[in-house]
Amino acid sequence: MVEVKDLSFTYPNGKSLAFGDFSIQKGQHSLLLGDSGSGKTTLLHLLGGLLRGYSGLIKIDHSELSELSDALLDKFRGKHCGFIFQKLHLVKALNVRRNLVLSSWLAGMRAEEEWLTTALEKLNIKDKADADVNTLSQGQAQRVAIARAVLNRPALILADEPTSALDDRNCEDVLKLLIDVASEAGSTLIIATHDQRLKSRIGSQIQIGR
Amino acid sequence: MNLFILVGSYLRSRLMNTLLNTVLLSLGITVVVFIVLAGRQLDEKVSVNTKGIDLVVGAKGSPLQIILCSVYHMDFPTGNINLREAERISKHRLVKKSIPLALGDSYQGFRIVGTDTSYANLYSASLSDGGWWADDLEVVAGSKVAQKLRLKVGDQFASAHGLTSDGGAHEEHAYHIVGVMKATGTVLDDLLLTNVASIWSVHEIQSQPDSTREITSMLIRFRNPLAAIQLPRLINSTTSMQAASPAFEMSRLYTMLGVGVDVLTGLAIILIGISALSVFLALYNALKDRRYDLAIMRAMGASRSKLFLAMVMEGSSLTCAGTVLGIAAGHALIFLATAVDSEVTSGITGMVFYMEEAYLLAGSLLLGIVCSLVPALQASRTNIHEVLAGN
Repeated sequence: MVEVKDLSFTYPNGKSLAFGDFSIQKGQHSLLLGDSGSGKTTLLHLLGGLLRGYSGLIKIDHSELSELSDALLDKFRGKHCGFIFQKLHLVKALNVRRNLVLSSWLAGMRAEEEWLTTALEKLNIKDKADADVNTLSQGQAQRVAIARAVLNRPALILADEPTSALDDRNCEDVLKLLIDVASEAGSTLIIATHDQRLKSRIGSQIQIGR
Repeated sequence: MNLFILVGSYLRSRLMNTLLNTVLLSLGITVVVFIVLAGRQLDEKVSVNTKGIDLVVGAKGSPLQIILCSVYHMDFPTGNINLREAERISKHRLVKKSIPLALGDSYQGFRIVGTDTSYANLYSASLSDGGWWADDLEVVAGSKVAQKLRLKVGDQFASAHGLTSDGGAHEEHAYHIVGVMKATGTVLDDLLLTNVASIWSVHEIQSQPDSTREITSMLIRFRNPLAAIQLPRLINSTTSMQAASPAFEMSRLYTMLGVGVDVLTGLAIILIGISALSVFLALYNALKDRRYDLAIMRAMGASRSKLFLAMVMEGSSLTCAGTVLGIAAGHALIFLATAVDSEVTSGITGMVFYMEEAYLLAGSLLLGIVCSLVPALQASRTNIHEVLAGN
C-alpha cells in the first residue's frame, strides 16, 4: 500500500530532512511517531501528495507520486487519500451534509448516500446532518471531519495529531471511531502524532527523526 | 454539490457584504439604464414629430420657443404672423409644401389647432371613427384626447381661451366633434384639430378684412436642400417673421441639456467604479477568511482551475446580480416618472428594452471577471502544505 525508500526533502530555506525506509501493508493501521519539529507533518504531506519536490521514492497504491503530473496528482489525492487535521477546517459556509458531499464532488466522484448515512450513524451525528457547522461542538465537528475523510473510501487516511487536543476519554473514543470507520471503509489509517496514549492501541509504529 | 451551490453558499455566508455590493452596483446601473431609456425614447419622440418639417415660420422671438410651440405643442406662441405675408412665403419656388397653424384656444388643457388636413397627413393619421372636418367649428380629436376626456363623435364643447384650462370660455361658439383619430404616437394624439377659420370665428375676426387676418405659425417642407440656406435668410431679413429649423433648435436644446446628462453619466461611472472596487475588496478579504477552506479543498482533490473558476463565478454573480437589479430599477424609475401624465413624458415607457441593456449585462459579466481575476489567481495558487502545516 505504502512504500517509502531513500526519501529526503529539502525545504526552500535549505534545511533538509531524510526519512528511513518503511512500507505499510493494506489495512495495517500505523503511527508516525516523533517529537515536534521532527518532520511528521512534512512526511504526512509528502505521502498525501500535498507537498512535492522530494528525492527518493514514494509509492502509494502502486503509483509513484513524483511521476504524476500536477493535475493527475490532484485527482489521485482526491480518490486515494482522506485527510484529518488537528484543526478540523470544515467549510463554514456549508452545512454538515454539504461539507461531506464536497469531498466527493472535488474528487470527481458521487457520494454514496447509503455509506454517508451509515458513517454518520456510526459516528453518532446522524441528527446533525443538516446542521450548520458553526453550531457543532468540538467533538461533533471532529466526527464530521472523520466522516469527511472516510466518505470516498480512500485507500489511505492520513491524520495529523487528531487526538492531541482531547482529554483521555475523548481520545479513546475518537481513536476507536477512527479505527472502526477506517476499517469499515476499507482504508488504511496513518496517524502522525507525538501523543503517547496512542502507542498502546496501534502496534505498527514508524519512528521519525532519529 | 456543484459550483453553483458552493459559490451560492459563500455569497450567502456573507449576506450583508453581498447585498452591499449588489445594491452599490445596481445604483450605477440604474442611472445608466435611465439615461439610455429616457434618451432613446426622447430621441425617437423628437424625430418622429419633426419628420417632414424642415422649417417653422413664426412671429419674431425665441426660435426654440417657436419649435417647442408649433412642433411639440409644449410652449406658448411667440405671437402671430400675418396670413398674407405667410402665404407669400408658401408660394416661394423653394417651398414644396406649407401647413398653417392657428393656436390660441384649448379644451380641458388640450390644444385646439386650426390647420388643414395636410397637418394630419404629415403624421399619416387615419380616423378610427367619423370623418374629417368639412365646415367651421367641426373638430377631429386625437386618440389620447378622446380617451382622456371620453369624447366621441357628436359631442359638443366650448373652448377656453389660452392654452391652459383656466382661460375664459368662448361659450357662444360650441365646437362639435365629427371624427376621432387613431393613435399615431406623435403630438397629434394630444390635439384637437379643426380648420383655421374656426379659430377666427371663435375670436370674431371673421368679419375683419383679409389683410389683417393672422395665424400663429407655418410649417414648411423644402423643395430642395438649397432652400435650407436661402429661405431662413430671406424670411428673417425681408419679413417681420422669423424662421426656425427644428433640427437645429433641437440639437441646440440637447447641447444645453447635455451638461446634465454628462453629470449623470459621470455619476454613474463613479458609482460603477466604486462598486467594482468594492467587489474586488470583498473577494480579496474573502481570500484571507478562506485560506484553510482553499487549502483543504485542494487537499480533497480540487484542481487549481476549479478554485479559480469558483472565485471568478463569485465575482461575476455579484456584478450580474447588481446589473439585473439595476436594469429592473431603471425601468421601474421610468415607469414611475411616466405614471404622472404630462406632455414631456408622453410616449416614454418603461416597458421597452434596448440592446444597450444586453451590452450592460455582458459588460457586467466582464467587470466581474476582471474584478475577481487577481483574487482568483491567488486562490488557485494556494500552497496547501504551507497553509495546513503552518498552524
